[in-house]
Amino acid sequence: MNVTGLIRMGDNTLVLGQRLSEWCGHAPALEEDIALANTALDLIGQTQHWLDLAGKREGQGRTADTFAYTRDAWDFRNLLLVEQPNRDFAVTMIRQFLFDTWHLEALRALIDHADPDISAIAQKSAKEVTYHRERSTDIVIALGDGTEESRDRMQGALDRLWPYVGEMFAQDDDDLTDMSALRQGFDLYVTETLFKSTLTRPNSDFAHHGGKTGTRHSEHLGHLLATMQVLPRNYPDATW
Amino acid sequence: MSTEWPLYEVFIRGQHGLSHRHVGSLHATDAEHAILNARDVYTRRKEGVSIWVVPAADITASSPDDKGALYDPANDKVYRHPTFFDIPDDVGAM
Repeated sequence: MNVTGLIRMGDNTLVLGQRLSEWCGHAPALEEDIALANTALDLIGQTQHWLDLAGKREGQGRTADTFAYTRDAWDFRNLLLVEQPNRDFAVTMIRQFLFDTWHLEALRALIDHADPDISAIAQKSAKEVTYHRERSTDIVIALGDGTEESRDRMQGALDRLWPYVGEMFAQDDDDLTDMSALRQGFDLYVTETLFKSTLTRPNSDFAHHGGKTGTRHSEHLGHLLATMQVLPRNYPDATW
Repeated sequence: MSTEWPLYEVFIRGQHGLSHRHVGSLHATDAEHAILNARDVYTRRKEGVSIWVVPAADITASSPDDKGALYDPANDKVYRHPTFFDIPDDVGAM
């Protein structure tokens, strides 16, 4: 059983869930604040499923909590995209839109996975992620086709994050499904949305790699983990 | 120009067969956005099967000052309440 593939799915949702939760109490409007926190909670819930299954299949007694709280940055297998800092609302929402679009394609493919546990997690997650993508798409269109400032910020965010798109479709034997096959559906949806949002797709398809293999995470991941892990690492017996 | 998003009133139908009930209000840029926000703000615990949103500005409300003219005349017309019928026991709870 391929444990790394499960860890990749769980680490993506864990790291992005943690990133989004940084907005809690700081979002530009109360309604957006609640929506971002809801999305974060959905992703953390999915993490629980993926990483618990990874621990079960690995058979060494590790749980979702062990994976989340006791590994160091180089053991994480998330995409570089999800560890990128929030910066402003434009960067946060472009990152969300790119991830949601890939995520939904991946989950739809995993629904047909031969392993019934994987298929079940994918089915449950796909419902949540369908909504995530609807929401981030609407915001990309509204702010892209918005004021001069909102458009500039969204285009800037798209240019900044585009080099992290390629890694999502870099395929290797550890993946649960053929990631390179998802690119077509992704491109179709992104092109349509960018057209509606009046944003321009960056020309270069240069891609950073090293997140899902763990060989070269960005410096941002360590800071995120330090915040996320400080309590269980300092007080391993803490409960509530 | 106001930077505040317009206000929408939110109505949620809890189950099939029931009416939509007013649950509160929220701010949104347009009606579609209001539906999404309502989903996040008011249906987090599976409260609904259907959401309506209405721009608060489009609601015409009665004035509290007209209370007397609108409602008082009904006070002495108890016959408007269906309390003068004998209901057979077999009917059960009405």
